[in-house]
Amino acid sequence: MTTTIFVPKDSAARSVGADLVALAIESESAKRGVSISIVRNGSRGALWLEPLVEVMTSQGRLAYGPVTAADVESLFDSNFHLGGDHPLSLGKTNDIAWLSRQDRVTFARVGVVDPFSMADYQDHGGLVGLRRALSMKPEEVVSEVTQSGLRGRGGAGFPAGIKWRTVMATVSDHKYICCNADEGDSGTFADRMLMEGDPFTLLEGMSIAAIAVGAVEGVIYVRSEYPSAYETLNRAIDIARDFGWLGKTMLGSGINFDIRTRIGGGSYVCGEETAMLESIEGKRGVVRSKPPLPAIQGLFGKPTVINNVLTLATVPAILAEGAQAYQSKGVGRSIGTQVFQLAGNIARGGIVETAFGVTLGELVNDYGAGTLTGLPVRAMQVGGPLGAYLPSTSMSVSMDYESLLAAGGMLGHGGVVVFDENVDMAQQAKFAMEFCAIESCGKCTPCRLGSTRGAETIEKIMLGRDVAANKRLLLDLCEVMTDGSLCAMGGLTPLPVRSAMLHFAEDFDRRARGQQ
Amino acid sequence: MTLIMEPDYGTPASTSEETVQVEIDGVSLSIPAETSIMRASLVAGISIPKLCATDRLNAFGSCRLCVVEIDGRNGTPSSCTTPVAEGMTISTNSDRLDRIRQGVMELYMSDHPEICASGDECEMHAMAKRVGLTDVRYSGRTHLELPKDETNPYFTFDSTECIVCNRCVRACDEVQGTFALTIENRGFEARVSSSGTSFIESECVSCGACVQACPTGALTEKTLYTIGTPTRSVITTCAYCGVGCSFKAEMRGDELVRMVPYKQGGANEGHSCVKGRFAWGYATHADRITTPMIREKITDPWQVVTWEHAIDYAATKMKALQAEHGLESIGGISSSRCTNEEVFVVQKMVRAAFGNNNIDTCARVCHSPTGYGLSQTFGTSAGTQDFESVEHSDVVLLIGANPTAAHPVFASRLKQALRKGAQLIVVDPRQIELVRTPHIEAAHHLQLLPGTNVAIINAMAHVIAEEGLINRGFVEERCDLESFARWEEFIRLPENSPETLEASTRVPAEEVRKAARLYASVPNAAIYYGLGVTEHSQGSTMVMGIANLAMATGNIGRPGVGVNPLRGQNNVQGSCDMGSFPHELPGYRHISNPKTREIFEIQWKTVISAKPGMRIPNMFDSAISGDFKGLYIQGEDIAQSDPNISHVHAALRSMELVIVQDLFINETAKFAHVFLPGTSFLEKDGTFTNAERRINRVRPVMASKTGKSEWEVTCDLATALGYEMGYDNAAQIMDEIAATTPTFSGVSFAKLDEVGSIQWPCNTEHPDGTPIMHVDHFVRGEGRFMVTPYVPTDEKATRKFPLLLTTGRILSQYNVGAQTRRTANVIWHSEDILDIHESDAQLRGIEDGGWVRLISRVGETILKARITEEVPAGVVYTTFHFPESGANVITTDFSDWATNCPEYKVTAVEIAPSVKGPQVLTEHAATGDVELESIVRMANQIAANVPGKTAPEHAVAHHIEQFWTPYMRERLMSEVDRSKLSPIVIRAMELELNHLPS
Repeated sequence: MTTTIFVPKDSAARSVGADLVALAIESESAKRGVSISIVRNGSRGALWLEPLVEVMTSQGRLAYGPVTAADVESLFDSNFHLGGDHPLSLGKTNDIAWLSRQDRVTFARVGVVDPFSMADYQDHGGLVGLRRALSMKPEEVVSEVTQSGLRGRGGAGFPAGIKWRTVMATVSDHKYICCNADEGDSGTFADRMLMEGDPFTLLEGMSIAAIAVGAVEGVIYVRSEYPSAYETLNRAIDIARDFGWLGKTMLGSGINFDIRTRIGGGSYVCGEETAMLESIEGKRGVVRSKPPLPAIQGLFGKPTVINNVLTLATVPAILAEGAQAYQSKGVGRSIGTQVFQLAGNIARGGIVETAFGVTLGELVNDYGAGTLTGLPVRAMQVGGPLGAYLPSTSMSVSMDYESLLAAGGMLGHGGVVVFDENVDMAQQAKFAMEFCAIESCGKCTPCRLGSTRGAETIEKIMLGRDVAANKRLLLDLCEVMTDGSLCAMGGLTPLPVRSAMLHFAEDFDRRARGQQ
Repeated sequence: MTLIMEPDYGTPASTSEETVQVEIDGVSLSIPAETSIMRASLVAGISIPKLCATDRLNAFGSCRLCVVEIDGRNGTPSSCTTPVAEGMTISTNSDRLDRIRQGVMELYMSDHPEICASGDECEMHAMAKRVGLTDVRYSGRTHLELPKDETNPYFTFDSTECIVCNRCVRACDEVQGTFALTIENRGFEARVSSSGTSFIESECVSCGACVQACPTGALTEKTLYTIGTPTRSVITTCAYCGVGCSFKAEMRGDELVRMVPYKQGGANEGHSCVKGRFAWGYATHADRITTPMIREKITDPWQVVTWEHAIDYAATKMKALQAEHGLESIGGISSSRCTNEEVFVVQKMVRAAFGNNNIDTCARVCHSPTGYGLSQTFGTSAGTQDFESVEHSDVVLLIGANPTAAHPVFASRLKQALRKGAQLIVVDPRQIELVRTPHIEAAHHLQLLPGTNVAIINAMAHVIAEEGLINRGFVEERCDLESFARWEEFIRLPENSPETLEASTRVPAEEVRKAARLYASVPNAAIYYGLGVTEHSQGSTMVMGIANLAMATGNIGRPGVGVNPLRGQNNVQGSCDMGSFPHELPGYRHISNPKTREIFEIQWKTVISAKPGMRIPNMFDSAISGDFKGLYIQGEDIAQSDPNISHVHAALRSMELVIVQDLFINETAKFAHVFLPGTSFLEKDGTFTNAERRINRVRPVMASKTGKSEWEVTCDLATALGYEMGYDNAAQIMDEIAATTPTFSGVSFAKLDEVGSIQWPCNTEHPDGTPIMHVDHFVRGEGRFMVTPYVPTDEKATRKFPLLLTTGRILSQYNVGAQTRRTANVIWHSEDILDIHESDAQLRGIEDGGWVRLISRVGETILKARITEEVPAGVVYTTFHFPESGANVITTDFSDWATNCPEYKVTAVEIAPSVKGPQVLTEHAATGDVELESIVRMANQIAANVPGKTAPEHAVAHHIEQFWTPYMRERLMSEVDRSKLSPIVIRAMELELNHLPS
């Protein structure tokens, strides 16, 4: 009897030795004459347990981790391939509390299925949503998505259905679905994990969008630092074409839709939706002015749906389960689930998908188990490099769009980066400006010049030069950048700066007093 | 007189027909939808601070100075990128907006020189003051140490004053379409770059659009530093090509500082090319001759004399020549470089003072077939459209023209249309730039063999007729049906199929079919053509073929369509309009028409000869035969520009009096006895008429360097000859033109000064001029189809001369180069080069950059070789900008059957490697009775080409009567060996004999 063993091929797992583990299992099984078959699945998202090896047994999938290549021999000694006990045993994967407490919708199949198996995909509910969409009128699909309350997961939180409706209503000979997979926020990795672990879900979401708006061409703009995701997508696209899904007639429906991938320009700002369009068109990744909205004049001047990976990957579940099911999750106007990503100085980092409304404290302390260093948490940056720094007193903040806004922050792409008490918040504020200076596309003046002047001014504050005057100047600059910048890059850079100055004022005064 | 500051509305005008009502700072206004808030504000009299916006470019939204607040909307959007919407209430001023603007300027000024080298040219300090910035609190890194790029001869790029507003980059992209500039790097490091190299090494074509667009002193004309800030401007017209761009000549005292393209210029709308924008230094070049000179023999040194002496000397000699050799023994050539007024006066002098019609113009050698062909078919000798029309075209068929080099400002407009989605068909032996250039690729390039134009146009028409693509509704409503039936029968003959003609043209038949279908299948298709159409033995036939194609597909009489000759020189159209042809009076009226003559006879108080005079080549032939003795040449260098130079030189040497009126001692002046100094366009007062029939004012920006206007000199000469001629000013000449020429009856300097420019016809029927012709009916009533048989030229590739030479122009140089060679433009092109296909070069052991002998049956020269794929195998190409390379030593005296326009575009040649550098050119001088040989060739050519198969002898006889001098007719009748003539000619001669008065 052949045993199926799952060793993630997710880049995070590989970065801690998953490839070596897979090799070791293969050679050890051969040595021992044990018949096994290895499936390179995605990651379950418990990155603190990677490489997380799973064995398919009669009781279900059993987990072992974190496994190193050196552990393989002893795992076989313990007959792990038959479900044998071992010091690394974690029991049934589905019973790991860290995972079982979550509410996985978008990530339901990630880590579970073989990313390249259409059979596996369909066995786990794949194509149900698409087949339902094919049986509906385009406006019904748009209505379903609108009713579900799904909002853009890229950061802006704009209702997906409204965007789709605009594209649907715009008459054109050619429309595009653009998936923004230029995941550049520090501390975020959900897009990558989904693309590597369950690429068909993204293709299905894009296909449903294409049906809804009448698009014929899809483009996935993949971050240049994601070679593995890029390869995975291309392979999945080929499989979907061979399956009769992408191409001239979608699952025999007569609908013509195909998807191609494009590697990102290597700049953070290319993740800004209009800069991304420029980049796909082969130009410098420079932000466009709006209007015109991309929904009306987007890629190559044609009506274009631009959605983040997570947004599109949530659509199949909405169509499969119905808008009502999705709508029942979440709080207020933040409907459904959010794929949070725990990173930075954290003991148990990874993917936590749960309904909106979980508190920051639950994420950082319960799931994350505090800092990796064990020192008290001092600051958390939520929503990427342009997100606010929240102090440890904010643990009760509900993680939803509105509550975070009220707390002076933003949800962004759902990343949470944790810092312990050794963090220098003036340095972090300076870093925000420096990041902007390096990544600014250079188009608008507040961002192009302001970011460099901001970093220089914080440097002066840190050195104790004319502290009061420079702090006033910094706040004036933040206002000009917030109100005057062309896009969110320059417009939001002041958010981490101001929040650091507000919540950690002592870090900006300590140096004025000449203290350490 | 002051410096003209044109208003800048920040963003282009909206083309929307809808209007919306908005309120800006309490001012209510109704404005076209899609107008930007910025533009709407200025219309309301409210100026919003801006740096990155300018109304020649699309809104960009980078400087963030123009932010406004809109009731009911969050944030502070930029007013340049935000369109007005119905009911919008906008505030352009508030404390918050002030803070943003001050904050933005504070950032800008923290990386800007405290004192700008360019002075007031840089808007930054004024803008800082305007927004109320008092203090710059930042300090840190700057770009103030970056070096200047001085490599371009005309302008400096000083990065220290650059604010990275992208206006230069966008001007290069959007207006010029060259894409030479970009922004390198990101964020603070973002800098304007000529794509990673210096300006001179980049793809920059020095059109000046970037310099004009720059709001600071980062891109500045060098003259601004060497001469100083201008203090006054004069609106005038460029004197290079037939586009006719309007410029503001910006002056400091009497010195020209710079030529800035004028946004209100109808032809160019604020754009320019390297020639018009920068290459005007020749006007004050040390080589300028500003005093009259005479000499007895051309081997004598020149003797400087007074105007009175020179005029008297010339007039005395002319009178003596006429007394001895007859009235017809002298003539004149007018120039397409001169004003309408100057040309009008020259032809008047010839007709009234010389007493003959021996007046021709240099248009003879460029667009005379256009005049003939379009008169025959449409009824008037002019292009049908304005330049703006191309923006409405779905397909552009470009034949024998290279606009990016020869008509750059039109080319930019064309490229804009192509980038917006219009499709392009190129018919050209060479792979011209437009075949493939950034963001543009021709749908079809029909790369025909030189000399097979008519075969291609017939093949296209054949496809259109055979495949049911004729617009029968248009033809039935607008055209002469008898001529159409004749033409349709002809064009459907199998001999005109692309498959049959493939052997001649070398263009795959399927490609011709596809191109024809494309041209015929879109709503609006336009034809643009150049000298590659006219300068052939079948130039006139080709023009008629083009007209047939446009009529058959209904592409006449509305925006986006038409037949558009791209005129080579600034005033080709005008010089033709002004009657400087030997058979026509102003307004294209035949000299034989007594009613027309009467108008001028009354006006001029003299009798005008009814007989056609000599064309330029007839003059040469007659001079060599010893009958033609004296020639007045205004502003044309026939000894360099006309074909078969040895023949021209022999003719010039045969004459007893050659009078040259020019800026420089040109090649022709070397054969002259009298030199009358001319005036540059900067000194002229008058009008030029461009390729779209647009009459533009030419205004003097400085005093004449010769002390006289050119028309004054012509009048003085006429008066000295005994016919009193004189005007108080150039405006009076235009009044005389208007009084005698119906198409100009509504034109006056006063009206032009009021409205800017007018496209003729301008009369009571069309008081505001005529941007598009033949709208409701053709000028001649019904459009006439002409049968256009393809007759291959006698100039064929042979074993001895196996290659075909074709000639053209390059961007930086202009024609014979008399002007551009005397400017810094030589930096781009300092010699003529022979383009050779690799296979032809390899076969003969010719290397890239090596010297090569170029030999035809009439002469030979030596040029440097360039091996390129731009020419096909079997074809070589060169320019004719430099006298020392002598391209026209090679070209022959073959010419268009109808108009004698030289066949510059086809010469059979051989090439061979050469060890020597440029050397003395060899001319193979002709022997025998050249004039009689020409008469035989011309007569036979007319017989072979004249349309009308039923009674061709009538057509031949009519043609000869219309265009030949009585003397030539007489020689044909009495001196030619009839065995050398085609039977049609002989039959025509019999008809002619019957007509001759006994």
